[in-house]
Amino acid sequence: MHVVNISRQSASRQLRQATTEPAAVRWLLVAVALAFVGVFLVLPLVAVAAQALKAGLGAFGAAILDPDTLAAVRLTLLTAAIAVPLNVVFGVAAAWAIARFEFTGRSLLITLIDLPFAVSPVIAGLIYVLLFGMQGWLGPWLADHDVAIIFAVPGIVLATIFVTFPFVARELIPLMRAQGPEEEQASVVLGASGWQTFRYVTLPNVKWGLLYGVIILNARAMGEFGAVSVVSGHIRGLTNTIPLHVEILYNEYQTTAAFAVASILTLLGLVTLVAKTIADRKRAQSLVPLAALAEDPAHSAPPHLDLAGHALQARSAGAALGTPAQEAWA
Amino acid sequence: MGIRVDGLSKRFGSFVAVDDVTFDVRAGELVALLGPSGGGKSTILRIIAGLETADAGSVSLEGEVVDEMPPRDRRVGFVFQHYALFRHMTVEQNIGYGLKVRGVAKAERQRRVGELTGIMGLRGLEARYPAQLSGGQRQRVALARSLAPSPRLLLLDEPFAAVDARVREELRAWLRRMHDQVGVTSIFVTHDQEEAFGLADRVMVINRGRLEQDGSPREIQDEPATEFVARFIGESNVLEARVQGEDAWVGALRVGLDQGERGTRGGAAARLIIRSYDLKFWHAENGDSVAVVRRVVPLGDRVRVEAAVDGAGPIFAHFPRRSSLLHGIEPGARIAVEVTRARAYPVEAP
Repeated sequence: MHVVNISRQSASRQLRQATTEPAAVRWLLVAVALAFVGVFLVLPLVAVAAQALKAGLGAFGAAILDPDTLAAVRLTLLTAAIAVPLNVVFGVAAAWAIARFEFTGRSLLITLIDLPFAVSPVIAGLIYVLLFGMQGWLGPWLADHDVAIIFAVPGIVLATIFVTFPFVARELIPLMRAQGPEEEQASVVLGASGWQTFRYVTLPNVKWGLLYGVIILNARAMGEFGAVSVVSGHIRGLTNTIPLHVEILYNEYQTTAAFAVASILTLLGLVTLVAKTIADRKRAQSLVPLAALAEDPAHSAPPHLDLAGHALQARSAGAALGTPAQEAWA
Repeated sequence: MGIRVDGLSKRFGSFVAVDDVTFDVRAGELVALLGPSGGGKSTILRIIAGLETADAGSVSLEGEVVDEMPPRDRRVGFVFQHYALFRHMTVEQNIGYGLKVRGVAKAERQRRVGELTGIMGLRGLEARYPAQLSGGQRQRVALARSLAPSPRLLLLDEPFAAVDARVREELRAWLRRMHDQVGVTSIFVTHDQEEAFGLADRVMVINRGRLEQDGSPREIQDEPATEFVARFIGESNVLEARVQGEDAWVGALRVGLDQGERGTRGGAAARLIIRSYDLKFWHAENGDSVAVVRRVVPLGDRVRVEAAVDGAGPIFAHFPRRSSLLHGIEPGARIAVEVTRARAYPVEAP
């Protein structure tokens, strides 16, 4: 037995050697990847933390609790609180329409959803200035009616919505396409209304993909700089979001404060990363088509045994219910 | 009452999927739609369920025209080819879904689900998810789910295509028993002749969206109404022949034709279709011999004998494996040929 075992082990080792690269090559590749990640990702993160805490916890706390900083945090949260739900509704509706129906303008809609990815965020901000600014098309009319959009909170929210609206739809379209429409059709034939089908079938099937999309969307909504910068006006305590506030502090050589506030965004980034990893794993599970899991030997008893078993079960069930018909066929 | 499909037509762009199809299904009947893939069978089923809308024609269930009725109100059960079980619901939730969305109280729902898991042999699997079931078990969950709301019609789209061959055989027999017990009017789609003939009371052969023939399994096999049906069903010889009087000639082989043969006239060219089991070969060295054996191929329980007819092309027949008819049949042997049954069809003008 021992001899057999040993020879099998060495055989599998030989096999592995034959199908992989030499150890030196593998180590080199891993080292290159790690060094790259270290220099470009980990080092900056450490630097942010180090800079933020350089002047001690007291200075860090003071920078965070500064009224302007708190206002920036509030505005960022408010912006995300408006932009995220709106984009979720839009994204789910768009993904559903695109994945489930054929209609004229469908490919145009797909293209338009990608527009914010294609356009520089600065341009996205400028679009709103051109529309709603004092020199813009609607600016004078809005000014006459005392509605402030540019250099005010509504402009920031609009710019954020524009920049972030592809995330959910982009995430859901391939997922819904892969899952196919059959479960929804089954639901409808079984007597469910459109809303019931959406709530009991569509939504649970895409929930992890949706969550993944929401996490990315939220991270981008809170971190957006370019588009928001154009429409904000940088009014301290009023129209500054966290990223804008960091820039102002930095430009004023308040390095410690800048890094302290930046650490809030960094922390948000790390939380996003963890949440994303979890959602991504769950999402990958929901993507596997049922057919691919079909004949998992761990779960399927040999078919003939299985059928014999169910005939037995059915007979006892029939006996329990006292229905002769059920006994008859078994 | 049953169901009636009247003049149904459906196009997808320029592709004609269903072309003026009319048929009736009596209450309690089990009917097969049989035909090659892409022939429009599934589309007919989907139109009846309301998942597609017809361009023309009408569907009535129990005398009620349902063309304008949304699928959820039709009270039709539909078993999808890949079952389309709700992946995030347990077996119990899957089966109870149709009752839940119709607002059936929980106690009644549980009673019905319990009853169906009993009939379907799913006891003990109630808490499992579809991914934890074998193919055959999923099939039965799909069936139980569609039966739970007591549909007036059950539609099955290639119900056994996704399970492996061994399970398929048993599931067929089981579906037949289930149908006889529950008694729900059922239509199933299949491209498998054995499945259609072995399971259905009546078979409708569909090709290129047209209903080619509607009849009992015996009628479809013995009295094919069209050349398509004759060629599609079973394994057949398709031979070019010349008709003279009561006979057709394929090279040196004379084939007697029945009175009722359609559309064939003396002297005309015709296409003969002869099933592999409607031929007999025997060893003959004298003037009776009209062909020479080319190959003898054992195929499990039967033997395929291929021969060449003098003055014409190849011909083949199937024999039981140890048949005494095979005596002296070996490559190179001269044989006589007897045709028990042949159908002649006029050759369409080119």
